[in-house]
Amino acid sequence: MMEICIYGRGGQGGVTLAELVAHAAIREGKYVQSMPSFGPERRGAPVLAFLRVNETERIKIRTEIAEPDVLVVLDPGLLHVGDVISRLKKEGIAVINTKKSPEEMKSDLEGVTKIAVVDAMSIAREILGLPIVNTTMIGALIKAVGLVKLESLEQPMNERFGKVAAKNIEAMRRAYEETVVR
Amino acid sequence: MTKGKIVGLEGSFAVAEAVRMANVDVISAYPITPQTHIVERLAEMIADGELDAEFICVESEHSAMSACVGASAAGARVFTCSASQGLELMHEVLYIPSSMRLPVVAVTANRALSAPLSVWCDHSDAMAIRDIGWIQIFAENNQQAFDLTVCAYRIAEDKEVLFPAMVHIDGFYLSHVIEGVMLPDEEEVAHFIPDYEHPFVLDPEDPVSMGCYGPPFIYPEAKKAQEVDFTNTKPKIQETWDEFGETFGRYYSPVEKYKMEDANIALLTMGSSGETAMLAVDEMREEGRDVGLIRLRLWRPFPFKEFRDAVKDVELLVVLDRAISFGMGGPVCSEVKSALYDKRKDLSIVGFIGGLGGRDIPIDGFKYMVNRALEKVKMIERGEEIETEMIGIRE
Repeated sequence: MMEICIYGRGGQGGVTLAELVAHAAIREGKYVQSMPSFGPERRGAPVLAFLRVNETERIKIRTEIAEPDVLVVLDPGLLHVGDVISRLKKEGIAVINTKKSPEEMKSDLEGVTKIAVVDAMSIAREILGLPIVNTTMIGALIKAVGLVKLESLEQPMNERFGKVAAKNIEAMRRAYEETVVR
Repeated sequence: MTKGKIVGLEGSFAVAEAVRMANVDVISAYPITPQTHIVERLAEMIADGELDAEFICVESEHSAMSACVGASAAGARVFTCSASQGLELMHEVLYIPSSMRLPVVAVTANRALSAPLSVWCDHSDAMAIRDIGWIQIFAENNQQAFDLTVCAYRIAEDKEVLFPAMVHIDGFYLSHVIEGVMLPDEEEVAHFIPDYEHPFVLDPEDPVSMGCYGPPFIYPEAKKAQEVDFTNTKPKIQETWDEFGETFGRYYSPVEKYKMEDANIALLTMGSSGETAMLAVDEMREEGRDVGLIRLRLWRPFPFKEFRDAVKDVELLVVLDRAISFGMGGPVCSEVKSALYDKRKDLSIVGFIGGLGGRDIPIDGFKYMVNRALEKVKMIERGEEIETEMIGIRE
C-alpha cells in the first residue's frame, strides 16, 4: 500500500488532487481511500489531504496518514511551516512544486533522500492561465511514483472539469515530462 | 451474482445513491452545517431529473423531521439526514414517527456536540437518541453506508415493522472519504425495495386519526405495544439482511465477529473504527495473542441474544465508546454490562472512551486498550475501584 499526503493551501486544490487520483486508480481496479484532513479549512491556510492506494486488497485502516511514503507539496512556501516534511518515511519521496533543482531542495530539506521537482506554477500559469497547480502536480506525482497511468486521469478530469479538462490534462502531461526525480 | 459497477464515492454520495435507487417521494432537509453532502447531492439529482421527488428545503432540522412525519403519514417514502446539533434540534420530533409507526428513513453522519464547537466525528449525537424507538444501524465503510441505507427502507416499511430507521455513518471518516463502492443494478435494488403502502395513511376518503390524545387509561398500553413491536423487529431485520446478502452478495448481522474463534479477549467497536480495529487484532494475533473483535451493527433494538452468543467463550471484553454519558462513563459499555449482568458474572468488562470530536484512534490505540484492560482486570481483582479511562488524553 502506498500512503500519500498532499500538502497545500486552502484553495489550491489538494483535496481535488487526491480525489482525481483516487478515481483514476479505481478505474484501474485498484483499492483507494481519499480522505481530506478534517479541519476548519479556509483559503490560504495550510491544508493536508490523504490518499491511500493498494493494488491488491481492500484498505481497512481509516486514520489520518502519520508517516507518508509520498509527500506532494503544492506550495514550496509551506515546506518550513509545521513539521509535515519530518513525517515523511525515511525512504519516502517528496514531490515538490518549485523552481529549484533537486540538489538545492535536498540541501534545503535535511533528511529527505528522494526528491522530485517541477516548476508546476509556471506550467499552470502558462497552460491554465491560473496559479492553481493541483492537476499539474498529478503529472509530477505519477512521474515520481507511477501509481496510475496518465490516461486514467482523463475521464475523471473530464467529469470534474468539463470544458477546461483538456487544459488540465495538458498541464498534467507537461509536468510529467518536466519533472526531475533524484 | 448481481450486476453492478464499482464507483469511487464519498460516503455521503453513497447514501445519496441508495436514496435515489430507493426512489423516495419526499426529501426534507435543512442544508446548512452540520449537514453533509448527502442532501446537496440529492438536490442535484432532483434538479437534473435523475430522481423524481419533492425536495422540501426547510428552515431547521425540527421542521425537516416534521415535514417527513407529515409526508410519511400521507403514505410517501421519505428521507432526511442531519448530525450533531442538527439532530438534537430534530430530537423532539424524532419521537413522533416511532410512536405513530411511520417508516421514516434518516441517515446521521455522526458528529460531536458543542461546546467547544466541533464538526468532527464521535457518537454523542447517536447516543442522545438511543431511547426514542428508532432502529439504529451503524455502518463501518462506504459500501455499508449504501447497502444498509437500501436495507433500511425495506426494514422500516415492512408491515411487521413500521418503525423509523436511522443509518449511522461516521462523520468525515465515512461521509467525506472516497473509496470504491459496488453500486448494484438499479432494477435489482428497485426489486429489493418493493413499492410501499402504509396500512393506515392519512386519506380524506378513508379518515384515520394519528397521534391522538393518550390519557393515563391508554398511554401505558400504547407504550407497551410500541416496545413489544419494536423489540420484535429484530428477526425481520436479520431476515432482510439475509435476503440482501443472497441478492447482492454482502451479508450483515446485528453482531459481527472477526477472528472470534478461540478468542479469550474481545474488542468491541461501533462504526468506522471497526476495520482499523481489525488490523490491531491481526497484529495481536501475529504476536500469538487470542484477541478477537465484535462490531455492533445494530444498536437499537439491542441484539441481546446475538451479543451474548458472541461473547460466550470470552473472559475479557474491551469496549470502546466514542461518546460520554457524563457521570456514568461510556454508554455502550454500560449497556453491554447490563446485557450480561444476569448471565455472565465471570466475564470482565473494561470500557474506554476515545475518538471524541474526531481524534484519531490509530492501530496502536486498540492494542493499548487491550493491554491496559488486562492491567485493569488485575486492579479489579485486588479490589481497586477503576474508572472509565479516556484514551489519548494529554494530562
